[in-house]
Amino acid sequence: MTAVVRTEGLRREFTVGRRCARRRIVAVSDVDLQIEPGEAVGFLGPNGAGKSTTIKMLTGILVPTAGRLRVCDLDPTRQRRELARRLGVVFGQRSQLWWDLPLRESFDLLGAIHRVPGAEHRARLERCVDVLELGPFLDVAVRQLSLGQRMRGEVTAALLHGPQLLVLDEPTVGLDLVSKERLRTFLQEVNVVDGMTILLTTHDLPDVERLCRRVVVIDHGRVVADDAIDALRARSGGAREVVVELAEPAAPLTGIAGVSEVRVEADGVRQRLAFAPSDTTAAALIAAVAERVELRDVTVVEPSIEDLVRTLYAQN
Amino acid sequence: MLRPYLHLVRAGFRRHSIYLAASLAGLFTNTVFGLLRVAVLLAVVGQTGSAAGYDAADTGTFVWLGQGLLAVVMIWPDRELAQRVRSGDVAIDLGRPWNLQPALLAQDLGRAGHAMLIRFGPPVLFGALVLPFRWPHSPWTVLVFALSTVLAVVISFAARFLLDLTAFWLLDNRGVATVYAAATGVLCGLTVPVAYFPDPIRIALYATPFPAMLQTPIDVFGERGATAALLGHQVLWAALLLAAGQLVLARATRKLVVQGG
Repeated sequence: MTAVVRTEGLRREFTVGRRCARRRIVAVSDVDLQIEPGEAVGFLGPNGAGKSTTIKMLTGILVPTAGRLRVCDLDPTRQRRELARRLGVVFGQRSQLWWDLPLRESFDLLGAIHRVPGAEHRARLERCVDVLELGPFLDVAVRQLSLGQRMRGEVTAALLHGPQLLVLDEPTVGLDLVSKERLRTFLQEVNVVDGMTILLTTHDLPDVERLCRRVVVIDHGRVVADDAIDALRARSGGAREVVVELAEPAAPLTGIAGVSEVRVEADGVRQRLAFAPSDTTAAALIAAVAERVELRDVTVVEPSIEDLVRTLYAQN
Repeated sequence: MLRPYLHLVRAGFRRHSIYLAASLAGLFTNTVFGLLRVAVLLAVVGQTGSAAGYDAADTGTFVWLGQGLLAVVMIWPDRELAQRVRSGDVAIDLGRPWNLQPALLAQDLGRAGHAMLIRFGPPVLFGALVLPFRWPHSPWTVLVFALSTVLAVVISFAARFLLDLTAFWLLDNRGVATVYAAATGVLCGLTVPVAYFPDPIRIALYATPFPAMLQTPIDVFGERGATAALLGHQVLWAALLLAAGQLVLARATRKLVVQGG
């Protein structure tokens, strides 16, 4: 089977500013990317890194300045309409549903637009209604849905025509924890059970951890890392942190096995202990601290995507 | 082949049937303005018994058909697509397996169908019952009028589509839309019949698509002028504007910069 996404030297420039101050900026540069069928790839990077620009090029709504690009064996720019039949897209910040119509009518309309046979449409819809629990609001107008309900509707809308590739652009933005979790579980099932290829951009590290084994990190328009998520963690130093709040100020808690760095804040009442998951566990570390001082509060801080990207970028 | 577009026509109808209160408010406004316009134009006719070939019954018919049709044809721009360009939501529209122009036309025809029921029927009936009115002599005229109205909707849609596409270059097309809205009322024969204008201006007007959006279906109903010529003029403008829309859409998508993340 051929790759679902294949880019070579993908580049996009924009012209910004008015006459005198006009200049070219490079949003995406030399992106080589290959995604195989059934993969779930996290596409990460800070704001303005070029994620959305790349996704717009992949979906055919933005023309690359240079480079080669094939998606689902099609040329996105020239065969945009054909590609739309093989692609499911969810933009967290935009809606593909009809604002005034009940959810069910949006789904029927999408089925008609994609020319999905009736039986297939019903089967897919039934499954989504079942798993995403859409039943109670299927007949409610989209404008009256809560964000969480609408996002479940958006994901359903993207899957009704049975796409080969599902592109999710920040699908969990603004959702509460329960809604996020429900959506992740469903997407994981779609990927693992149905073998659907998923490309996910997000600022939410748990999204990526749940869904993706592979991560592509982009910064300033360039791919700075493309690897398995565990490997990336290890390479970037994988610094997790235990933040302890003490009952009273104490000297820096140095000398605990596995701790690579201790930072003291608030006159010693708050201390940050950095460690690599390969050296020790958060539980062992907290136990060791509790033996030495009286604890009031403990938080475990995962490295944020921004930190991960920053470290990766510094290394390049 | 046509199934998606038929569904879109229905969706356009449904979307508008949801806002019944707004439709009724619009209907009320149209009827009140109709009464004002009839009063003014009948005063003009009253001086001589007829003006530019319009007697009292012709004038009443002209006003009430115009008031009914203006919402059906939608002579003033709604800028829905322009706003989707501005917000970047047009990315969704362009990411669908359809041709954007016929897809939006289908929805607009659905909208027009709904307006025909709610916004056209009542004021015309009211005008016909209460004030001087001229019904067509031939029953065929009603059919031709229906066809001419559909063509008028297509022409108006195609013009509004082009207007909205300017947003791809201007980002905010409010200025263009305001000029369009100001011009169209006079040029399409809403304010006064196109026949009121002196000959050179009238001829110049027929070199634009505007009379074909409103005056032509009214003329067909009033059995004024050669039907074939009137419909031919409409077909020509519908084809020209739709073709121009396709060309500009292709240019727009090629230079497309979708706004926002």
